[in-house]
Amino acid sequence: MRLKKALMFGIPGLLLAAGTASATVWGLGVENPVTENAQGINSLTKLLMPIIIGITAFVFILMGYIMFRFREKANPVPSKTTHNTLIEIIWTVLPVIILLVIAAPSLQLLYDQDRIKDTTLTVKATGNTWSWTYSYPDLEGVDEIYSNPLNAEQAAAAGKPYLKAADAPLVVPSGTRVKVQVTSSNNLHAFTVPDFGVKVDAIPGIINEVWFEVFDGKEGIYYGQCAELCGVYHYYMPIEVKVVSPSEFDQWVANGGSFDTASTHSGGAVLTAEAE
Amino acid sequence: MVAVPGDDHAHDHKPGFFTRWFLSTNHKDIGTLYLIFAIVAGVLGGYLSFMMRAELGEPGIQIFDEDVRRFNVYATMHGLIMIFFVVMPALIGGFGNWFVPIMIGAPDMAFPRMNNLSFWLLPTAFACLIISFFVSGGDGDGFGGGWVMYPPLSTSGSPGPAFDFIIIGLLAAGFSSIFGAINFITTILNMRAPGMTIHKMPLFAWSVLVTAFLLLLALPVLAASLFMLLTDRIPGGTGFFNPAMGGDPVMFQHLFWFFGHPEVYIMILPAFGIVSHVISTNSRKPVFGYLGMAYAMVAIGVVGFVVWAHHMYTVGMDVNLKAYFVAATLVIAVPTGVKVFSWLATMWGGSLRFTIPMQWALAFIALFVIGGVTGVMLANAGFDTWAHDTYFVVAHFHYVLSMGAVFGIFCGFYYWFGKMSGYLYNKWLAGAHFWLFFIGVNMIFMPQHFIGMNRRHVDFPVEMADGNWLSTMGIIPTGVGMLFFFLMLAEAFIRKRPAGDNYWGEGATTLEWTLPSPPPFHQFNTLPRISDDDGH
Repeated sequence: MRLKKALMFGIPGLLLAAGTASATVWGLGVENPVTENAQGINSLTKLLMPIIIGITAFVFILMGYIMFRFREKANPVPSKTTHNTLIEIIWTVLPVIILLVIAAPSLQLLYDQDRIKDTTLTVKATGNTWSWTYSYPDLEGVDEIYSNPLNAEQAAAAGKPYLKAADAPLVVPSGTRVKVQVTSSNNLHAFTVPDFGVKVDAIPGIINEVWFEVFDGKEGIYYGQCAELCGVYHYYMPIEVKVVSPSEFDQWVANGGSFDTASTHSGGAVLTAEAE
Repeated sequence: MVAVPGDDHAHDHKPGFFTRWFLSTNHKDIGTLYLIFAIVAGVLGGYLSFMMRAELGEPGIQIFDEDVRRFNVYATMHGLIMIFFVVMPALIGGFGNWFVPIMIGAPDMAFPRMNNLSFWLLPTAFACLIISFFVSGGDGDGFGGGWVMYPPLSTSGSPGPAFDFIIIGLLAAGFSSIFGAINFITTILNMRAPGMTIHKMPLFAWSVLVTAFLLLLALPVLAASLFMLLTDRIPGGTGFFNPAMGGDPVMFQHLFWFFGHPEVYIMILPAFGIVSHVISTNSRKPVFGYLGMAYAMVAIGVVGFVVWAHHMYTVGMDVNLKAYFVAATLVIAVPTGVKVFSWLATMWGGSLRFTIPMQWALAFIALFVIGGVTGVMLANAGFDTWAHDTYFVVAHFHYVLSMGAVFGIFCGFYYWFGKMSGYLYNKWLAGAHFWLFFIGVNMIFMPQHFIGMNRRHVDFPVEMADGNWLSTMGIIPTGVGMLFFFLMLAEAFIRKRPAGDNYWGEGATTLEWTLPSPPPFHQFNTLPRISDDDGH
C-alpha cells in the first residue's frame, strides 16, 4: 500500500501535474505559494521541468536507438568516423541557446526576490540553539516572542504537525510588505518559510534581510524548518508564522502582542493608519 | 600499431612481501594498494549511509534514539570518507597510478618514492578520522558539523578533540593529494614515450592531467582554511571566522567552496576519461571528437574554479554577485554537453558489445545526464531559494557522484580487472552486481528529488514518509549488489581463469593492451615508439 502511494511520485504524478492547476511539478517547488516570489519560484520550475525532461528524454531515446541500431549483430563492421565539424558546432551552440532561454526569467526572478521594496513592517528573527526569537523593532509595547518547538505530545494536543509547530508563532499581517532581518546568536541557522519563497541564512555578526508580502485572503498558519546544519537539534527547530488580517494585527499590537482582547490598552492602529 | 620491443620478462624480479607492499615504489603496486584501500574505506562509508537510510525509513527516531547527535556524525563522516578516502583514491590513486604511466608509455611515475609517501599518508589520515569517531566532540563522541565544516559549529560549536583529528586527517589527505598531483603533472608532461605528443595522449591521461592541476590549485586553499579553523579553535587563538573578534563566518564558506567546487570535478573528470575508453573499445571505434573531448575537460576545469558561490546562494550575497554565479554556473552545461554528445557520437556507427564495463558506462551516461539537468535547475539562484539544503540537492549530487563517479569507478574496475589481476571475472556475478546496484541506487535517490525534506534532519514530518520509505527500500538491492561484487572478486581469485593480453579485441588500442596481463613488474624498459599515423 505504501509502495503504491510512493509510486505516485513517478510518472502518473507528471501527467497529473501537466494537466491540472497543481502548484508544483512532481512536488518540486513551493507547495502552497502565497507570495509573488513563491509563485515566481513555481513559474521558473514550470519552465525548467519541460526543458530538462525534454533534454533527458532526447538523450535517452537517442541512446536507446544507437544501442539497438548499432549493436554488434546489426552492424558488424564499425565505421571510422571521428569528426564532423557541423554537428560539433550544433551541439555546442544549441545548449547555449537553451541556457539563454533559462537565464532570462531566472535572473528576473532573482532580482525580484532580492530587491527589497519599501516595507511597512520590520521583523527581526534571531536563530538560537535551538529556537527562534522574533522581535518587532518598530513596535513599542510588543515584547520579544520566544518560539520553542512543540514536542510530539504537545503538537498532537494542539492539533499541529510535529517538527513544524512552535509554541509561539511569528505574527505578521497579510497584504503588507514585511521585511525580515535574520541573524543568529551562535551557530548558523536558516530562516525558511517555503510557502513565502523565503530562505536565508542566519549568521552571527551579520544581518541578512529578506522580504515577503502574503496575499490578502491568505491568512493562516505557515510552517518552515531550519535549513542550515546547526547542531544536535537541527531537525527540531521549527518556524511557525501566523498570518492575520491587518486589522487583526493592529488589534494584536494594541493588545501588546496578544490575541486576548480582554487586555486592550491604547496602542494605536499601526497598519490601518498607515494604509489610509 | 605500437611496437613493444624488449620487455625482459626473464628478469621480472619482484621484491619480498614486506618490501613489495609496505615500501613500494612501483606504480602498479601502489595503484593496487590505493584500490584495496578505497574498497575498505568504501565499506565503512557505505555502512554509515545504510544506517542513516535505515533511520530515515519511517518517521520518528529509531536507531539513533540514544544519541541523536550520532546521526550528524554519521552524515559528516559518510561525506568525508566517500570523497577523500573512496572516490579520490580509487580514481586518481588507483586507476591513475596503474594506467597513466602505461598509457603514455612510461616505465613508472616520475617520483616513485613520493608516490609511496602519497599512499601512506592516506591510511594515516584515515586513522585520524576513525579516532575522531571515538573521542569527544562536545556533547558526545565524534564531529557532527557536516563535511562542509562551517564555523561557528566547527569552532566554538564543537569543543573537544574530535574535530581536531578530522582537521589533521584532512590535512594529511590533502598533502597526499598534492604530492600525487605533482607526480602526475611531472610524469605526464615529461615522461611520454617518443611520438606520444600531448594531442595523441589517451583521454584518461588527459583527464588525470586536468584533475592534477585542479588538485594542485584547490587543495592548498582547503589546507589554509583548515589551518585557520585549527587556530580559531585554540582558546585565545585567532578569530578569522569569529564575528566577535572581527572575523567573518561566511569567509570560510567562500574559501571552502573555492576548494569544494573544483573538488567535484576532481572526482568526476577521471571517470569521464575511463568512460571514453570503455565506450570507444566496446564500439570498436576511435573516440569521436578527441580534441573537443580533451579541451571540454580543460574548460570544465577552468570554469569550475569560478562558480564556487553557487553553493552559497542563501548566505546573503549581493544580488549582482549571485547573478554572475548563476550565469557562470550555467556555462558549465556546455562543455558537459559536448562530452555527452561526443560519447553518443562515438557509439554512432560503431559495433556495440554490451560487456560489463560497457553496461556501467552506458548507465554512467544516463545517470550523469539526470544529475546534470538537476544541476542546471539548481544553478538558478531563484529556484535554489526553495531547493537549497533540501533533499533535491542531496539527490542531485548523488546522481553525479554516487552514480557518476562511483559508476565510473566500477566501469574502470571491470574494464581493467583482467589486466590488473590477470584473471577473468564471472560475467553472471558481475552482471548481478551491475543490475542490483543500478536498480538500488535509482530507488534510493530518484524519490529524494520529490520529498521536499531538509538535509541533515534525523526526523521528518509524517507527510514525507512515503518517499523516505521508498528511498530506504533501495538500500536492499544496493547492498545485495555489493555482496555480488565481493562474490565476483572471490570467485575470480579462486578460479584463476587467465585473461589474455588483450581480452577486448581490436577496439582496445591504448598501450596497456600491448602488455601481458598482469603487466610485468617493470614495463617499457625500452620505450615504445608511437608512429605518426597512430590514432588516439
